[in-house]
Amino acid sequence: MRSITCCLFLLIFSSNSFSVNSNLILAESFPNKLSEFEFFLDASAQEPHEKVIPYELISTLFSDYSYKQRWVYVPDNTQATYVKDWVFDFPEGSALIKTFYYPVDERYPELGKQLLETRLLLRKKDGWKAVSYAWNESQDEAYKKIAGKTINASWIDFMGDERQVRYRVPNANQCKECHAAKGAITPIGPKAKNINKDFHFADGEFNQLNYWMKREIINTFPKDIISPVDWRDETQNINDRARSYLDVNCGHCHSRTGNANSTGLYLDLVETRDINLGIYKKPVATGRGSGGNKYSIVPGRPDESILLYRMESMDPGIMMPESGRALTHQEAVEMVREWITQLPN
Amino acid sequence: MIVAIAASAPAAQSKNLKNMKRISFFSITLLVALNLFAKEFYVGPGPDAHERLQEALILMEEGDTLIIKGGYYEFEDGLSLDVDNVTVMGEGMDSTILDFKNQQSGAQGLLVTSDKVTLRDFSILDAKGDALKVIGAKGINMINLKTEWTGGPKSTNGAYGFYPVESEDVLIDGCVAIGASDAGIYVGQSKNIIVRNSVAQYNVAGIEIENSYYADVYNNLASHNTGGILVFDLPDLPQQGGHHIRVFDNKSIDNDTDNFAPEGNIVGEVPRGTGIIIMANSDVEIFNNVMSGNGTVNLSIVSYGDETEDPNYYPHPKNIQVHGNTYGPSGFDPDLDTGDLAKALYDISGGNMPDIFWDGIVPFSQIILGQPDEEKLVIDEDNASFLTIKPIKYMLGFSNPTNTNKNDFSGEIVPLRAISIETF
Repeated sequence: MRSITCCLFLLIFSSNSFSVNSNLILAESFPNKLSEFEFFLDASAQEPHEKVIPYELISTLFSDYSYKQRWVYVPDNTQATYVKDWVFDFPEGSALIKTFYYPVDERYPELGKQLLETRLLLRKKDGWKAVSYAWNESQDEAYKKIAGKTINASWIDFMGDERQVRYRVPNANQCKECHAAKGAITPIGPKAKNINKDFHFADGEFNQLNYWMKREIINTFPKDIISPVDWRDETQNINDRARSYLDVNCGHCHSRTGNANSTGLYLDLVETRDINLGIYKKPVATGRGSGGNKYSIVPGRPDESILLYRMESMDPGIMMPESGRALTHQEAVEMVREWITQLPN
Repeated sequence: MIVAIAASAPAAQSKNLKNMKRISFFSITLLVALNLFAKEFYVGPGPDAHERLQEALILMEEGDTLIIKGGYYEFEDGLSLDVDNVTVMGEGMDSTILDFKNQQSGAQGLLVTSDKVTLRDFSILDAKGDALKVIGAKGINMINLKTEWTGGPKSTNGAYGFYPVESEDVLIDGCVAIGASDAGIYVGQSKNIIVRNSVAQYNVAGIEIENSYYADVYNNLASHNTGGILVFDLPDLPQQGGHHIRVFDNKSIDNDTDNFAPEGNIVGEVPRGTGIIIMANSDVEIFNNVMSGNGTVNLSIVSYGDETEDPNYYPHPKNIQVHGNTYGPSGFDPDLDTGDLAKALYDISGGNMPDIFWDGIVPFSQIILGQPDEEKLVIDEDNASFLTIKPIKYMLGFSNPTNTNKNDFSGEIVPLRAISIETF
């Protein structure tokens, strides 16, 4: 009899503990430990709570070759609404969760991973708030880092070479540098066009938009979405690949409403004016970022194009993006080089 | 609000002592109420100074003051501030030194993105990019600050020392800017600007006001730069049509540093030895300055020279007024190797370089019909030599297409109003 009571008690206790802590998402301050949100059943294994749904983007922001796992949490009985050309409008209490990690060896995923940080965007009553938690050495807890953190990390890449990086967990202000539009913090990724792709969920493979419908975290989306291409997909048109990459890696600042609008260089997908795309555009306040070149993009001449020079650089006074990268994204540099080379003069 | 009440107190005193007492009591209560929650934070040198300082910059709240204790701080990462209505101060530009020579991340030393911020009494050295950048601030005071690249003029130095952009109510007062590979003090795409009592040396451009409206630049020293003071306007930007700029009571002297801007930048075209350049702005008043020791030219007024397809851009200077300035030696060492300006001026003047040069370029219709009076250059100077190009003669290939008679440009000086900025 006693053991039955005990079991019952345990059951009740455990079912309570296995629900996301919605109050903390809405709270004014951030808890010190990531585990307090209870997004994960097993934090080290990054095994999420059943209500925490994984998703992927078609083209992603480069973050020093780190891998990213994304999840979305929308409170029960609420739904995000579709907004044209923008991110879904998520209800209060929603959370976007993104964990950054390096695999020990890219060739052998089974060797495990080093968790770096988990970034949260939390939908409070008065809008989004951003915060990041850095994982400890024993990889069983992540702690709030308001001022950011430096992690000296390494991994073995696909070629079997050891790679090292001075990885920076962003501080709260740096979150805003990218995640700001019209003066408020906003998610960047979860636009309908960006998640319009198939994904292997625990219960099968589905288009993510259909799956979000099935899970009732959205209630509608239009059928005629024009999505960016995966910039890595070599079967796609080079112009689409380059514009998709530049959109997600540069366009959140380099747009007419973004943080870098004073530059006159606009790299988001909707820009159509050549001069603002950088073609024969002179720099304004570039300083040594010009690398001795006269224009952002010189069609046919990638090595005379400031845009490529700044993508290649690892000098903080030159490189673009300004934050979130310490290494050169070699594969993307080659792709953008190909794009500039074939641009009509 | 407090200021207004304090100012009314003396008037009250003469009328009625009792009344005055009530007013000062009221103002004291207000002061206390406003400052009830304002806090002071201190950060000192030592281990983890960057993390402690950055955390304080994030966690401070409106009304707070952060004091960076005197000492030497070596930082590997940039700093940023995004809290409105705060003060961040050191204990003197020679005492609180923020050194970024080992910077690994961040495109500037300090980035400010909030409103009503006062920064004062510290130095930013050897930032990898810009030293102090302020984006989109409504109200920014930069007082007694120094930005410097300590290795002398080098193209590997950061572009700007002071770099407010897209901001309003900008005050730069008592600051020092040394060694920037673009401009020591640069105000871009901003409105309501005062730059005063500051020193800019060994930069490519000492002080540059670009694509901006309503600026007073006065009582500054710009020396040993490539060019001393620049008032520029460029196309294809969100804010253009720079106008209403007053440059007065400055010394722009001995600007004798070779141009060391990385190629590709517009200031890379500025010849060594230029005192003041006005390019493509409207309503500019240049008066009571001392321009001397500038080997190419003391004062140059020019159009934007490159092609542009921007339909909203006006490439010519108009309504420029020049009066009461003092001119010392200039043109004795023209920098013929940098840009087109010095060489063109040297060729057309036969080596007899003037104090004041206007390129004479106007829209085609004005070549034919003449300039409207309100757009004309006005010069009222006693001891200055002058040269301008007459476009018709130039186009027709006359052997002497110049005009050196400044009296042809005499006219009534209509002073521009002084700039007032919102204080806080």
